[in-house]
Amino acid sequence: MSPSILISGGTLANGKKSDLLIKEGVIAEMGEKIEDKDAKRIDASNSIVLPGLVDLHTHLREPGREDAETVESGSRAGVKGGFTALSAMANTSPVADTAGVVEQVYRLGQAAGLLDVFPIGAVTRGLEGEHLAEIGAMADSMARVRVFSDDGHCVFDPLVMRRALEYVKKFDGVIAQHAQEPRLTQGSQMNEGIVSSQLGLKGWPAIAEEAIIARDVLLANHVQARLHICHLTTAGGVEIIRWAKARGISVTAEVTPHHLLLTDELARSYDPVFKVNPPLRTEADVMALREALADGTIDIVATDHAPHPAETKECEWQEASFGMLGLETALSIVNKTMVETGLMNWETVAQRMSYAPARIGRYENQGQELKVGAPAHITVINPTQVLRVDRDLVASRSRNTPFHGMELPGRILATIFNGTLVFEGGNA
Amino acid sequence: MRHLLSISDLSKTEALQILNTAEELARVSDGPMKKLPTLRGRTIVNLFAEDSTRTRISFEAAAKRLSADVINFSAKGSSVSKGESLKDTAQTLQAMGADAVIIRHSASGAAQRLADSQWMTGSVVNAGDGTHEHPSQALLDAFTIRKHLAHGGDDLTGLHVAIVGDVLHSRVARSNVLLLTKLGAQVTLVAPPTLLPVGVESWPVKVSYDFDSIIESVDAVMMLRIQLERMTELFFPNAREYSRYFGLNKDRLKLMKPSAIVMHPGPMNRGLEITADSADSARSVILEQVTNGVSVRMAILYLLLAGSQEIGASE
Amino acid sequence: MSLALPAPDMARAITRISHEILERNSGSDSITLLGIPTRGAHLAARIAANMEAIEGKPVQSGTLDITLHRDDLRMRPPRALMPTVIPSLGVEDRNVILVDDVLFSGRTIRAALDALGEIGRPKTVQLAVLVDRGHRQLPIKADYVGKNLPTSPTQIIKVQFTELDGLDAVSLEEGGK
Repeated sequence: MSPSILISGGTLANGKKSDLLIKEGVIAEMGEKIEDKDAKRIDASNSIVLPGLVDLHTHLREPGREDAETVESGSRAGVKGGFTALSAMANTSPVADTAGVVEQVYRLGQAAGLLDVFPIGAVTRGLEGEHLAEIGAMADSMARVRVFSDDGHCVFDPLVMRRALEYVKKFDGVIAQHAQEPRLTQGSQMNEGIVSSQLGLKGWPAIAEEAIIARDVLLANHVQARLHICHLTTAGGVEIIRWAKARGISVTAEVTPHHLLLTDELARSYDPVFKVNPPLRTEADVMALREALADGTIDIVATDHAPHPAETKECEWQEASFGMLGLETALSIVNKTMVETGLMNWETVAQRMSYAPARIGRYENQGQELKVGAPAHITVINPTQVLRVDRDLVASRSRNTPFHGMELPGRILATIFNGTLVFEGGNA
Repeated sequence: MRHLLSISDLSKTEALQILNTAEELARVSDGPMKKLPTLRGRTIVNLFAEDSTRTRISFEAAAKRLSADVINFSAKGSSVSKGESLKDTAQTLQAMGADAVIIRHSASGAAQRLADSQWMTGSVVNAGDGTHEHPSQALLDAFTIRKHLAHGGDDLTGLHVAIVGDVLHSRVARSNVLLLTKLGAQVTLVAPPTLLPVGVESWPVKVSYDFDSIIESVDAVMMLRIQLERMTELFFPNAREYSRYFGLNKDRLKLMKPSAIVMHPGPMNRGLEITADSADSARSVILEQVTNGVSVRMAILYLLLAGSQEIGASE
Repeated sequence: MSLALPAPDMARAITRISHEILERNSGSDSITLLGIPTRGAHLAARIAANMEAIEGKPVQSGTLDITLHRDDLRMRPPRALMPTVIPSLGVEDRNVILVDDVLFSGRTIRAALDALGEIGRPKTVQLAVLVDRGHRQLPIKADYVGKNLPTSPTQIIKVQFTELDGLDAVSLEEGGK
């Protein structure tokens, strides 16, 4: 049994000062100035004590691309970033389109034992966009899949998307769409705009994302199904989601930390560490996304953590793979772009990064408010400390972080999963 | 100047310095002194990952006239799966002691990746990277225009240049827009709407879909090569329509000012973007562009490699 | 700073050199003057003008830029090129008179000889300078000298021509460093 843990001197998301005593996997006691000589003490002065963060969009690469990441290394990166739950996307090799593969991923997560790994199941067989995958089998498996996504690919055929939306209703599932009209993005490399016109890189127009979102919210409404939009990146997409929610359509949306901070101007260096799908957009899009996250039009922050081996990033832009690391820097970036700017407070951060993602994914044991008796999944962050991002010191197996060399506000001091201290930050 | 990657890296002064140096080199190297010892002992590598005989030969001639040693490295294809990666190639060249690498590559930004990487220490000259830029082409184009039309002036103020054709995919167009406007010329792009990039509104140029409306007011017409593959990619219906609206034919040639010149970076699709009589007419300076290319490239190599690695020139 | 050669003395020296060249080469018919830019070119132009006045006929005169043949290019940022203008009869089988303002280490003249070698094969190459300040680093000697000025290596000789600097003068400055 893990030793008890006493988090003292910290402030909860709602602004109230409170100590927490964790025993046998749950929060045993809460209040001011708790004493326990036998417990491991975590000094949370100047720190915020949050419910454990839940990522609804993570690429763990195993099975198939263990050179980039494994469930275990991804878990270590996750707890370093304050996450107590990750959702493993299905674009592995083999694809997670059967009960067998999702159970394998689930077991790997259990074996690593650092946080909850919830496998996401594919929508279509082999991600080919033609035939439905074994959604029921995956839902009933040990992995209890509720989120289905072909992420990496768009479910572009409207009939296939309609059937998928209808079918998952039986399993209380949600289709998470990667919105990218393939015909408008063949060979595309970066956001289509002023910068791409100057750089001679093929453009990826915003409308390729927005057209699919518009179609799918109307479809979801028509068949009365839940829809989730992955990695929203454009102001236009925000407008569509807002319109849909105003009509009561059951759609949720996510934004990545990198889309809250970075723009397509970074492509001028031609450094493929900034190459990502969907691409970095303009300053105006970044501002619209921040506003939308603040007012709840965007429901959650999800990292889209996408590790890639060095040789696929140390080359010409055109040849490079799409994707950025995200787990270890996510909360610091949300702090920088949303809390420090006054757009959100920590209570809303808890909503966007813990309660809401758990709810969408139907992760019952996660995303619960911190109170006595609740499972002890906790993240402690000191927003006054500086996180110096160094790609050579990441826990991930890959090094493709676009934030290398940056100093971000806020360091994770501790991550507690099921009452066990799975990550301790140490001093700056 | 340590590298020449993009026209946007050059100030107007630096660009003029290249042109003026080229002028002197042209006079000297075509006349009294064919071979100069200036870069003796230097090793220049032509790294051409994309086919191009004329540019490569031009750079090779330039390097040899300055007595540099030239190594030709043809690396077809660039992805890891096809063979040696750009990184491995660069590190090999570094180990071979290359003082400069002249790189032509199908990936936009390849020259900058090479220059910014830690893989080699020599100078990098961009001989054309994907659809991004082709700085030495723009410099020789500006040199040619200045020679014919500037009437003793230093720069291109007051001149109107039209660039006609597939601007979207043209690195020659991008470099020329940057350089011609830097030197004070007014530039009009003429193309079908499908071949103009989104974002062109932010460029310091005028845009026209109608070649005939501007043909009488231009001092130089620069025709861009149109690739027939673009037809299958739905940029225009067929070759006939393209030529009709955007080709430089006899009728359009007649409308041009008496002093106006016809240019083309080559290779030409005779009959498509330019008719044979236009290409061979008295106004055509297309062959001269090729000759000027050697002098301009000599100037680039001289300014990058002859002196110490500080920015700017002395005296 | 001291005035080593005021304008009138400069003019007399240039006149004397002009006569000496004519004397040694039996007139101006076989002579091709090549001034080394910047100031050597102005000096060559003056000598040519003198000779034309004396002989009453045109003299072959031009410039020879030696920048591309220098042996010290890598020590400084790249230098601008100056014009090279070879007169109509060329250099082949001619008596070429190289003209420069100051003769110091001799490296400029060495470069000029290299450059000349690329152009053709003169009958003779002779050297005329306004000032010889000593401190040769190569076995080079001037045939015609305006003034011998012993200097220390750190001193600076400043030659000014009206066409370029507004006045004629040769001055000596302390170098410092």
